[in-house]
Amino acid sequence: MSVQAWTYLIVAATFALYVGIAWWSRVRTTSGFYVAGRGVPAVANGMATGADWMSAASFISMAGLISFMGYTGTIYLMGWTGGYVLLALLLAPYLRKYGKFTTSEFVGDRYYSDAARLVAAACTIFVSFTYIAGQMRGVGVVFSRFLEVEVHWGVIIGVVIVFFYAVLGGMRGITYTQVAQYCVLIVAFLIPAAAISWKITGNPIPQFGFGGTVQEGQQAGVFLLEALDALHRELRLPEYTAAFVPGKKSMIDVTAITLALMVGTAGLPHVLVRFYTVRSARAARWSALWALVFIGLLYTTAPAVAAFARVNLISTLHNTSYNEVPEWFRSWETTGLISFDDQDGDGVIDMTDGVGELTVDRDIMVLANPEIAELPAWVVALVAAGGLAAALSTAAGLLLVIASAISHDIGKSILWKDMSSRRELLLARGTASVAVIVAAYFGISPPGFVAQVVAFAFGLAASSFFPVLVLGIFTRSTTKEGAITGMSSGILFTGAYIVYFRLIRPEATAEDWLFGISPEGIGAVGMLINFSLALIVSRFTKPPPEEVQQLVSEIRLPRERAADG
Amino acid sequence: MSNQPDPSAYWRANLRLMAVLLAVWFVCSYVLGIFLVEPLNGARVGGFPLGFWFAHQGSIYVFVVLILVYAAVMDRLDRRYGVD
Repeated sequence: MSVQAWTYLIVAATFALYVGIAWWSRVRTTSGFYVAGRGVPAVANGMATGADWMSAASFISMAGLISFMGYTGTIYLMGWTGGYVLLALLLAPYLRKYGKFTTSEFVGDRYYSDAARLVAAACTIFVSFTYIAGQMRGVGVVFSRFLEVEVHWGVIIGVVIVFFYAVLGGMRGITYTQVAQYCVLIVAFLIPAAAISWKITGNPIPQFGFGGTVQEGQQAGVFLLEALDALHRELRLPEYTAAFVPGKKSMIDVTAITLALMVGTAGLPHVLVRFYTVRSARAARWSALWALVFIGLLYTTAPAVAAFARVNLISTLHNTSYNEVPEWFRSWETTGLISFDDQDGDGVIDMTDGVGELTVDRDIMVLANPEIAELPAWVVALVAAGGLAAALSTAAGLLLVIASAISHDIGKSILWKDMSSRRELLLARGTASVAVIVAAYFGISPPGFVAQVVAFAFGLAASSFFPVLVLGIFTRSTTKEGAITGMSSGILFTGAYIVYFRLIRPEATAEDWLFGISPEGIGAVGMLINFSLALIVSRFTKPPPEEVQQLVSEIRLPRERAADG
Repeated sequence: MSNQPDPSAYWRANLRLMAVLLAVWFVCSYVLGIFLVEPLNGARVGGFPLGFWFAHQGSIYVFVVLILVYAAVMDRLDRRYGVD
């Protein structure tokens, strides 16, 4: 059977599985729609959080990105995992104890203010839309690369599937399809990773192979990372494991970006809401553990894959005659992801820095792995299904958060306080339908700014949500004025800095940046501004009312009140 | 046996635990993985420069262990202070 036939078969089978699960878990109540009836077991929620969290970018692009960044790739590795420690210790159990349906709802109630609720809901919608457009694009790209259909048809197929299970099944449908999607994506990531680790280092466990020795070729017996550093020296590139050498990011920038990504992770509404779906505060703590275990499986494998792919790329292509390139080079050349431009006309590939004979798209590092490792056609098909699972699961989670922010936080809590649950459910389904269509539109024709902004969703989440949530739980004295000032100045500062250095002065260099911090890391500064202003303003404004101070005491204790539903 | 609930003692115990775990979190990711990465890279563990290993592998394992310890100890605190 051909790769394409396998791909159709496996993708169709996984889609049928998702639709079946959605039908089985369809919901009829608002609690089912927003928070899956709060009955999700901690392990299942951990898996769902993993799928929700790991997007098309984590699955397809991250290992490739790290492969080109070497040490500096740590900003993604630590940045996108360390936030779970903050989430588990500072937020998840308390937000779950508080209950209700959304993060904005906590902000609105804790800060006794519909203005705070509205700011939080608006931040949620903005952050989630920038993020979802990238996912829809990812769906289209996977379809076009593996199934040779047009990108827009790929997006439409993806939208129909997401529409079906998000609108019908709500959070319950999303949760259980995400569990299935996690299984598909992790298997699809680990099989090629183990195979390439075994091929290059003789150890099938990538995390060990990473520190092992090269098996074959000129560098047989040399530690993989030493061989990689030597290859980089040969190409006149900075060493792979070197940290703050010229050509890589500075220490302060690495620190700021890592912090912004960590705190942003802990402040992303679609991640936070996952912890509303478990049975208790205690389950929320264990669920955060499972989430990080499942995420860590991919995140400790990805840097190993990055190093294997890098060694393989350089040692098989550098100084190789174009006529003798391996088979996978030919098959990916047609997609345009890798191309050879013979500058000196000698027919030999020269990868030395600055020569520019070989252009490599970083996505190829994951996508071509099965072929590099000479795996059968069905594994290639599985990688396609894994990429789709990663993109669809994240898109569905975001969609639900957007729908709840509109129908619940703005609709039920602000505009129509006496709306019946039946009508609210109808409204939630309606907004989810509209949101999915808007997302599809962004996926088919992404506005220029989306690609610019999507990487900054973290900075915005870091500088808006995280500080007010932490202060709302750990202090009784933070006032609504403090929270609103903090949230709006944090997000405005971060947003303005990003817009200025990305759109107005994109040519600016590290010397122009504030303290040498790039726009990717500025969310860390925005967060500090948010924290300080919220604390200062709270000192000079009227303390929160007694019932709010009681609410804070109440959420600190995991015990459920008897009347709690 | 069920103890008398003591919310403020429970909260203090929780904050102490958090402070310790967050200190470890900071040291393993920022101090060992970023600030001291260059001197640590002088040492090797198997095929890894030590600082690089913390940045690309070790910190993630530490994060998992931190949440494990937190969830397990909090379960004990919940019972000891009778707030579960």
